[in-house]
Amino acid sequence: MRFARTSKLVGLAAMAALVLSACGGGGGTGGGDGADASAVITANSTEPQNPLVPTNTNEVGGGRVVDLIFEGLISYDASGAPVNEVAESIETTDSQNYTITLKPDQTFTNGDPVTASSFVDAWNYGAAAENAQLSQYFFESIAGYEEVSAEDSKENEMSGLKVVDDRTFTVKLAQPESDWPLRLGYTAFSPLPEVAFEDMESFGENPVGNGPYMLAGEGAWQHDVQIELVPNPDYQGTRTPQNEGITFKFYSGFEAAYQDLLANNLDLLDTIPPSSLKNFKTDLGEGRYLEKPYAGNQTITIPTYLDEWSGEAGELRRKAISLAINRPEITEVIFSGGRQPATEFTAPVIDGYSEEIEGNEVLEFNPEKARELWAQADEIDPWGDKVFTISYNSDGGHKEWIDAVANSIKNELGIEAQGKPYATFAEVREVATSKTLEGALRTGWQADYPSLYNFLGPLFGTGAGSNDGDYSSKEFDSKLREGLSAASPEEGFSAFNEAQEILLQDLPAVPLWYQVRQVGWSESVDNVDTAWNGVPVYHEITRK
Amino acid sequence: MAWYIFRRFLQMIPVFFGATFMVYFLVFSLPGDPIQALFGDRAVSPAVAAQLREQYNLDEPFLVQYFLYLKNLVTFNLGNDFSGRPVAEVLAQVFPVTIRLAVLALVFEAVFGIIFGVIAGLRKGKFFDGTILVASLVVIAIPIFVLGFVLQFLVGVKLGWAKPTVGAEAGWSDLLLPAMVLGLVSLAYVIRLTRTSIIENMNADYVRTATAKGLSRPRVVVVHILRNSMIPVVTFLGADLGALMGGAIVTEGIFNVPGVGQRLYQSVLRGEGPTIVSIVSVLILVYILANLAVDVLYAWLDPRIRYA
Repeated sequence: MRFARTSKLVGLAAMAALVLSACGGGGGTGGGDGADASAVITANSTEPQNPLVPTNTNEVGGGRVVDLIFEGLISYDASGAPVNEVAESIETTDSQNYTITLKPDQTFTNGDPVTASSFVDAWNYGAAAENAQLSQYFFESIAGYEEVSAEDSKENEMSGLKVVDDRTFTVKLAQPESDWPLRLGYTAFSPLPEVAFEDMESFGENPVGNGPYMLAGEGAWQHDVQIELVPNPDYQGTRTPQNEGITFKFYSGFEAAYQDLLANNLDLLDTIPPSSLKNFKTDLGEGRYLEKPYAGNQTITIPTYLDEWSGEAGELRRKAISLAINRPEITEVIFSGGRQPATEFTAPVIDGYSEEIEGNEVLEFNPEKARELWAQADEIDPWGDKVFTISYNSDGGHKEWIDAVANSIKNELGIEAQGKPYATFAEVREVATSKTLEGALRTGWQADYPSLYNFLGPLFGTGAGSNDGDYSSKEFDSKLREGLSAASPEEGFSAFNEAQEILLQDLPAVPLWYQVRQVGWSESVDNVDTAWNGVPVYHEITRK
Repeated sequence: MAWYIFRRFLQMIPVFFGATFMVYFLVFSLPGDPIQALFGDRAVSPAVAAQLREQYNLDEPFLVQYFLYLKNLVTFNLGNDFSGRPVAEVLAQVFPVTIRLAVLALVFEAVFGIIFGVIAGLRKGKFFDGTILVASLVVIAIPIFVLGFVLQFLVGVKLGWAKPTVGAEAGWSDLLLPAMVLGLVSLAYVIRLTRTSIIENMNADYVRTATAKGLSRPRVVVVHILRNSMIPVVTFLGADLGALMGGAIVTEGIFNVPGVGQRLYQSVLRGEGPTIVSIVSVLILVYILANLAVDVLYAWLDPRIRYA
């Protein structure tokens, strides 16, 4: 019994630790209860990478906040159909000259009126080179963009924008574009109050908008921690908040957020982490999750600037690659059925989508045909013992399916195929934009606005900004122009789908599958849905 | 002693500059273009990219970039990160959190490590000693992220004793669970070090003398055995403080702690040179200071050690 005292000490210390941790737990549940009572919804997000200025926000963390605190001319309903918000009417007779009239008595949360200049000034600010805004290219269709966006340009007003009176302005595009009005719901086209232009950087810290929500006072954005939004009492649009606010908690990964969701410490998780895809349905139980396709796809781009992928042999090879990928099996095994095999280049939730585009059998799994085409290509230009690589960023959770696709190609075509990981997104983007790829590249597109054109023009148009494979086709470009100059978006659909027939012939990229969003929520919230772009419809969520 | 400490501070200067230079060089050599990544896979506007490169001095050669950084450092201007936030503000936000986390972990491993180590050492070969040895071996063998996820799931989700992640405040009690995970592996080492040291010293002459003098057993253990056994343990703990702060990346990721590790990880992914260098520099300072503290502690633990 000589050391009895020491043993007691150990016991005391252990007990102290238990009591302390119990205190922590108690505090936690207490906080949770408080949130319940106030009907504020907590949702996962990431730290916005830029000040919250609409034209400088191009990633999800900032994007979803900007979308809730600003209201553009139009918004999209859950299916992606445009709904007039600040705009009373958007009129055109030739798809090139638009007259935009605003609804009366619209205000920002600081009391300033939303006028025609709120839009014109904000758009000019976004387009002018001297302001270095990341979403600059959204204004490229407007006449005068060339001048203001040129390097070192001091010009900062686009000639295509004219304020007529407080509630009216006109827009002249450089060329007719029938789907241009559809873009206006994208956050980059939001209006800005006058106070913003005095000091954009500090405005971005405490933005003043006209959307359904506003920041909960100064310092509502706690960097790297969370951002608190409360309903805007003067909001007049269609997205009326059904809750008493949304607090976005920032997570560096979805795993930690998922644990919080399980412990009812978080109300809404907009992406189930890959590690939990197999069991989230049983973890959460019926009525606490949703699985829904959205306007995004996954593709692999095969650059046409590489010798072995150009000319007739290259075309045959790209087709063979596409036919050798067993999409149904990979989506079933890797994603537990959480992806839908692609039949074209856009996404099913987009208006005008068709699964009967001529030539889409090249996206089916057909190993015999694949081997046949590959053999034909080999007769023209032997492949030899080269290795087919798919470059990707390993920080994005792509490894499993890339390996599966490479294996499928390897097994069916009998060639060496493998993934080529780059540590970061920055690294793989540099390789892609400097056109120094040595093989295929993982690509994917999430629509900025619900339009077929958004999946085609920016990716496959000659010289377009995200045309990583350097694809160029005169017929394709002219079909796109035809679609854009159609009198209405509906009339453009057939031209865009004809343009897709050309893509299915040339296969500058191999479509793999459409993205599906899995969303989970806690026991205490209701009415969770996702919109056309996969983003939860935050304003409709209610507390039980 | 004062002269010794002053000399050690002087030595810090070249270490500090050498380290920042190396880190800056490593960041500069990182493959990938950070400006390109800012645009995602969307169109990169050349005018905007050029403007941003100029703003962050990314268009300058390496040495110019480094000297511009040093020049700003002298005036206590650490620059801005890519979102326009002053790096100094970022540091002021993340370091207190991680310091709390590391101190908690250090206290946890020191207190429990020494207590368990002493008991195991004094009862060498007995049941308690055996259990502790096996348990510490298991802890050392399991990767920290496995321990983290398991404890998070058990304590946070199943038992509900603590929140599975650390929230906005990141207060002391919120950090208790992450700190335990962070300190667990070191705890195992501290137990083993203490145990070995105690066993060695138990047979020393001065212990026999002290017992023969008629001193009580607790006094012999605490004043004579323990104090002399602490030197290797203190060395380990001192070095561990730096390691805990720098090595918290995994733990902070699991428990979503808004600290140094998380921020460093994000900055590396985004290629934010000034932020990375500033964070790492402060970590280096912590490391150097902790080592200095250890050296000073030696003299207190063992008066035979003298510094001049």
